[in-house]
Amino acid sequence: MVFTKKLVFSSVAAAALLAAPAAFAACETLTLGSAISLTGKYSTNGHHAKNGYEFAVKKINDAGGVKIGDKCYNLAVKYYDDESTPARGAQLAERLINQDKIQLMLGPYSSGLTKAIAPVTEKYKIPMVEAEGASRSLFNKGYKYLFAVLSTSEQYLASSISLAAEVAKKAGKKPGEIKVAMAFENDPFSLDVRAGVVDDIKKFGMKIVIDDKLPRDLSDMTPTLTKVKALKPDLLVVSGHSKGAATAARQIGEQNVKVPMVAITHCEAANVTGKFGKTVEGFLCPTQWAETLTYKDDLFGSASNYDKEFKGAFPSYADKLVPYQTAQASAAVYVFKHAIEQAGTLDKEKVRDALTKVNMKTFYGDIKFSEAGNNIAKPMVLRQIQGGKYNVVAPSAFASHELQWPRK
Amino acid sequence: MSQILGNLSILWQAPVFNLSLLIDGLMIGAVFALSAYGLALVWGVMNVKNLAQGDFVMIGGYIAWVMSLNGIHPLFGVPVAFVALWGFGWVIYVLIIRRVIDQDLFTSLLATFGLAIVIEQVLNILFTSDTQTADAGFDSFLLFDGLVTIPQVKLIGFILAAILALAVILFMKNSRMGQAIRATAQDERAARVMGIDTDKVYAFTFSLNAAICGAAGALISMIWVIQPFFGITYSIRAFVVVTAAGFGNLPGVIAAGLGMGVIEQFGGFILGAEFQQAIVVGLLLLVLIVRQVQQARLRQVVQ
Repeated sequence: MVFTKKLVFSSVAAAALLAAPAAFAACETLTLGSAISLTGKYSTNGHHAKNGYEFAVKKINDAGGVKIGDKCYNLAVKYYDDESTPARGAQLAERLINQDKIQLMLGPYSSGLTKAIAPVTEKYKIPMVEAEGASRSLFNKGYKYLFAVLSTSEQYLASSISLAAEVAKKAGKKPGEIKVAMAFENDPFSLDVRAGVVDDIKKFGMKIVIDDKLPRDLSDMTPTLTKVKALKPDLLVVSGHSKGAATAARQIGEQNVKVPMVAITHCEAANVTGKFGKTVEGFLCPTQWAETLTYKDDLFGSASNYDKEFKGAFPSYADKLVPYQTAQASAAVYVFKHAIEQAGTLDKEKVRDALTKVNMKTFYGDIKFSEAGNNIAKPMVLRQIQGGKYNVVAPSAFASHELQWPRK
Repeated sequence: MSQILGNLSILWQAPVFNLSLLIDGLMIGAVFALSAYGLALVWGVMNVKNLAQGDFVMIGGYIAWVMSLNGIHPLFGVPVAFVALWGFGWVIYVLIIRRVIDQDLFTSLLATFGLAIVIEQVLNILFTSDTQTADAGFDSFLLFDGLVTIPQVKLIGFILAAILALAVILFMKNSRMGQAIRATAQDERAARVMGIDTDKVYAFTFSLNAAICGAAGALISMIWVIQPFFGITYSIRAFVVVTAAGFGNLPGVIAAGLGMGVIEQFGGFILGAEFQQAIVVGLLLLVLIVRQVQQARLRQVVQ
């Protein structure tokens, strides 16, 4: 068995070497696999993730590759396009493992695709480090080979609740007097976000005055916002992918809705500052990562350095924010490098064991996996839109700016 | 349950919110009515159930959006999308619809379903899957201390939808082509015997439908958001409206569209947004049951 494994690795390495001669002749090639959405409805973010993988691979190879003893390996990634469909993703994972003999996998884009692929990697005992699936349903199935560098979805807006409690205390109000209005899209991701919010609301004893679930295929929330006008909550939380963010931003403006604190997800993806600049002033937006955070590591440098170098390598990002989807994809590759070097071998079981012990600082944040495989060392950060810019206001340890409250 | 009662009591104690919901519903319903209107034409005249209806809407939306990116006000997208989709509809008719029109129901369903997929993917390749919205730069009218708001862009959408619907109704009543379309809808063979070029009538009807959808899409890009895969929403709504109103009944389609908009708003307010669609579909079911009972009675009389 050990023999066949070695054979597999050397043949993969040899094939890859033939394909890319000369340049890195000193190191062998280690190929990771990923099914990723290059076409279909997730294609935009699929490309963001792929670019993140590619950038990390390039950085690692430029810095001498992955080192095991006195040998070194240059990383490469074999991609297949999963067309944004879970069934295709699972098929391609089988193909990567059975035909291409991939032993280490990088994740696809979105929770849905990750959910489809995780059972496959689990079946073949292939470690997968994923960066784009945040649903908590991924981490209650007892998967042993799944590791996620990002914060899970129920953490997305939970911090806005504690922030509201903090503000209330300062204003001389009890948290129990705070009225919260919630509008979440009726899909697994947004309902995860909702679950986290509800947990925290219970913890503080706040009152939920509106709890609407927005239909998936409709971009209208006027009835919900009419209720908001009638009930005057202290905090409005909305989550519904970029469609929800765009709809909320547009209709809050159109309907002249005044709430002292508003928190929504997917602000950047929906480009709300560009499209609804006047309305969204003071909105709180959670993010996995921001280039202004003080995280750093040896490979990528600081978060802002990552931002700068990535824009250099991919000029199409020059005039926009580097999305966190890209940063976390890079972090996933970096975690693999670290774990392989710690394991001191390419053996997938040993790499898997090394992954469980990862405890590292990266430009993307601290990474330490729980028993279930999710990253428990990195918090979600809340940014407030101030003067058209995203400024980090919570948690206070990373805050670069004061919270403006109430928003105008 | 207590939230539902609470919401009802808001409507009771502050009646101004009823007005707000009614106005919003009418303005939203007008846009739904437009795409349903086109479907009623195509369904009634050609007996083609066009599943790509919503995707025509999205194309219109992207036309207005692209124009707004290039510094042209998206309102001009309404006529431009109307004309562009007219041409597109004609090409689609010649390439695809003409070939399936005499076939059975499933052929036309399959063909238009395939067309829908192709349009979605092409839009996705051209414009990526990001959600987009064209900014018309309008404000809102504030009434009753800002409790009732009328977004100007929705009002304009409502007026344009009304003008378009009126123009089409007058056209169908008075023009030569309109008469030919109605004649073909009543009896295709008889129309042909009377010297009507039914192929031309079909091409015209299908193009008109695409054009109306395009105009609706341009409005939607300003009022809500567009995305390559959001077309299906409008297809479904168009089918619900037409099924409820009956396709021979164009004013009925408009009334059903408006009614659907209003009921959605009230349903969403009282029961919660998650029931917005359930109410619409539930209502459709009710209409169908009532119709069934009525027709059963009619059948007995005939017997």
